[in-house]
Parts: sequence; C-alpha cells; structure tokens
Amino acid sequence: MEEILKVEHLHKSFENLTVLEDVSLTVNKGEVVVIVGPSGCGKSTFLRCINGLEDIQDGRVILDGQTINPPLQKGDNYRQRIGMVFQSYELFPHKTILGNIMLAPIKVQKRDKNEVRAEAEQLLEKVGLSSKKDNYPRQLSGGQKQRVAIVRALIMHPEILLFDEVTAALDPEMVREVLDVILELAKQQRTMLIVTHEMAFARAIADRIVFMDGGSIIEVSEPERFFTEPRTERAKRFLKTFEY
Amino acid sequence: MGIEVIFKGKNLVRLLAGLGAAMKISLISVAISIVLGIALGMLMTLKKPVINVITRIYLEIVRIMPQMVLLFIVFFGFTKLTGLNLSAEVSAVIVFSFWGTAEMADLVRGCMISIPAIQYESSAALGLGRLQTFIYVIVPQIVRRLLPLSINLITRMIKTTSLVMMIGIVEVLKVGQQIIEANRKTAPNAAFGVFAAVFLLYFAVCWPIGRLSKYLEKKWEN
Repeated sequence: MEEILKVEHLHKSFENLTVLEDVSLTVNKGEVVVIVGPSGCGKSTFLRCINGLEDIQDGRVILDGQTINPPLQKGDNYRQRIGMVFQSYELFPHKTILGNIMLAPIKVQKRDKNEVRAEAEQLLEKVGLSSKKDNYPRQLSGGQKQRVAIVRALIMHPEILLFDEVTAALDPEMVREVLDVILELAKQQRTMLIVTHEMAFARAIADRIVFMDGGSIIEVSEPERFFTEPRTERAKRFLKTFEY
Repeated sequence: MGIEVIFKGKNLVRLLAGLGAAMKISLISVAISIVLGIALGMLMTLKKPVINVITRIYLEIVRIMPQMVLLFIVFFGFTKLTGLNLSAEVSAVIVFSFWGTAEMADLVRGCMISIPAIQYESSAALGLGRLQTFIYVIVPQIVRRLLPLSINLITRMIKTTSLVMMIGIVEVLKVGQQIIEANRKTAPNAAFGVFAAVFLLYFAVCWPIGRLSKYLEKKWEN
C-alpha cells in the first residue's frame, strides 16, 4: 500500500499547555481513517497541524514524501493538495455558491474558468444542489452549506481530505445528508482523515479508528474491533458515554 | 411666505454658489478622511501598544471637542500661535478631515476585527495566499460592512459644514442669512422661504447619498 500522509512524533503546545504529544500516524492512499476521542483531546488541533494552520514544536508532517510542516520552503503551496472542511462550513458570504467553489481553482491553480465552472456544476449536481448554484450561502440550510463546502474542497483535486467535525454544528435532521456525501466519497476510494462524534458513522465508514485522549493516540484499531472490544481502559470509558 | 425672495435677482445662483462652497469643503474633507481613515484603521488592528495609546487619545479628543471649538482653535488659535496664515477654507478642511479621519478609522477598525479569523483559515486551507485572501475574501466583506456606516458619516460631515460660516466662509446658510437681511424691509417673512430653500438644498444633496446606501445594503444583503 502506498503511503500518502505520514506524521512523525508531532508535538504541539500553546504556550505552556501541551496539546499534542508524540503523535505519529500513517495514512495510506484510498484509506479512510476516523479519529474519535473526548472533547479537548487534541483531535481537531491534530488536523489543523497537518495542513499547517498551526505551527508545531517538534516532529514532521510528510505529504507524499515531502515535508510540509514545518514548511521547508517558504511559499510552497502544499495546502491546495489537502482539502479541509470545517465544522462551521466557512463559506464566503459575499460570493454565490458557484463563486465560492470556483475561487480557489481559478486563483490558486490558474485553471480555465469554463472548465472549472463545468466541473463545479457537475459536482453540485452530485450532491443535489444544482438549483442553488446562483444563491448566496445565507439562503442555504446548514446541511446544504456543508455539502457546498465539501464540493469547494473537492474541486481542488486534493490528495487527502480532512474533515473537522463537519456535522457538529448541524441540526440532527441534516446530519444524514452530509454523511451520505462523505460515504459516497469513501466509495470512490478517496483518502480521508475524519474527526467526528458520530460513532455509528465512524463505524460504517472507517478502515481504521484512531482513538485519541489527552493529546496522544491511545489506540488504533479496525472499527469492528474498536467498537466491540476496545483494548484500552480509556477507550472503554469513552465508548460508555455513548450508551444510554 | 417669503419664497419669492429666492427668485429675486441673483439670489438663487448665490444660494447654489454657497452650497458649492460647502460641498467643496465637505468633499475634499471626506476624500482625505476616507484615505487616512482606512490607513489609520488598519494600523489600529495591529495591536501595537504605542499606536493604541495615540489613537485612543486622538479619538477621545475628536469625540469630546465640539467641531466649532476645533474650527476656532485652528483658524484663530493656530494662526496666532505660529504666525502662519491659514485661509478659512484650509482651516475648515483641516478640522473636518481631523474629525472624519478619526471616525472613519474607528469604523474601519471595527469592520476589520469583525471578520472572523476562521475566514482567513478557510481561505488558507484552499491554498489562497495572504494577498489573495485579502483581495478576494476579506476586503469585499469589509467594504460591505463599512459602506452604510461611512455613508452615515459622510452625510453628517456635509451637514456640519454649516458651521464654517462662523469663521467667515460664505456657504449656503450664510448666503441665506444675507438674503434675509437684505430683504428685511420688502419681505419680512423671507426667513421661512429662504431657510426652507436651504433645507431643500441640503436634502437634495444628502438624500441621494442615503438612497445609494440603502440600495447597496439591499443588494449585498445576500
């Protein structure tokens, strides 16, 4: 199997507070890795370190054989090769849906406008939002906005997609429509690193589950095994909080 | 009702010339205030303690001092103190720019810090560079928030130029007074007609600006 992302001995701290301690993880091409863990365990910060939104104190992030954090060359635009979707969608409010999707491919990748538009429309069609292309983000529901945010990341043809609790801000009835889109991406063999609190979804989509707690990776397992017989005490305790 | 006085002789032309004098001072001051205000507002977001202290004092002075006092200080006080001979127009432009820059800077600062940090991050995550993020994502959002606020400031500046008659500039209100004085005998009621005309002239200038702001707000609502 081909390695696409490799994180080695990552250390991250804010001032005196250590957030990530000696975190190492390898993600293979086409693999779906789901990170779960209690709030504040550092899983979101981990994602942010991968595409350089946070600087790191020690360790390395390697994308396809090239060290990207700490960045070796200034101005090296590796971020366009990593797609990221945020909890709060973060669409650009002054741009239409198409405008949101087309901005980066045209300005960053200098692609042809007509070609980008055709692809944007095709992707919107796939997530069922063709009719919204000329609307503004404000006119869309949370679930629709999040699907647009996914399309905005996809159109850059990223080598890996990062999902940072993308359903956490959604009303329950909208969670499904977003998760369905991500499941569809998994079927297309996309490489994805997903942080989520949706345990049923994690179990359904993951090739591997990474359990984090207190800034470290505690356990890495196959999903079935993790959810039925977790190896560590901390994982057991964490999974218990989801039982009623 | 004294309206006929306005159409006597060159009175209407004189009123319009007075309006022109007021507009000249306001437009030059507005232009200076916008440019300097944007620059200063951006400086204020840098969170440098020295800049913060200076701008805080500056803003407070502008807020506390009546514009008329500022006009007197610059036109009478400053010229006496330094021996420099500033014309009334230049003094007026200095005072109005001093005031406008402070308020504009505060508006710009407010709009800039109101853009959430994660808008910068989601732009970065798409691979946009700093300059690209600024041009395509941040500035358009700032302009949309800034416009209605700055138009409010601009109309206030235009209206407040009526104060400059106190330092001898013959602007529209002053012309109005002169017309009333000159026609005291023949048209004792001229005050109503003339001031009504002055009101309409200010209205004719400020109303379209207000409408433009409304229109843009509506257009950008989405």
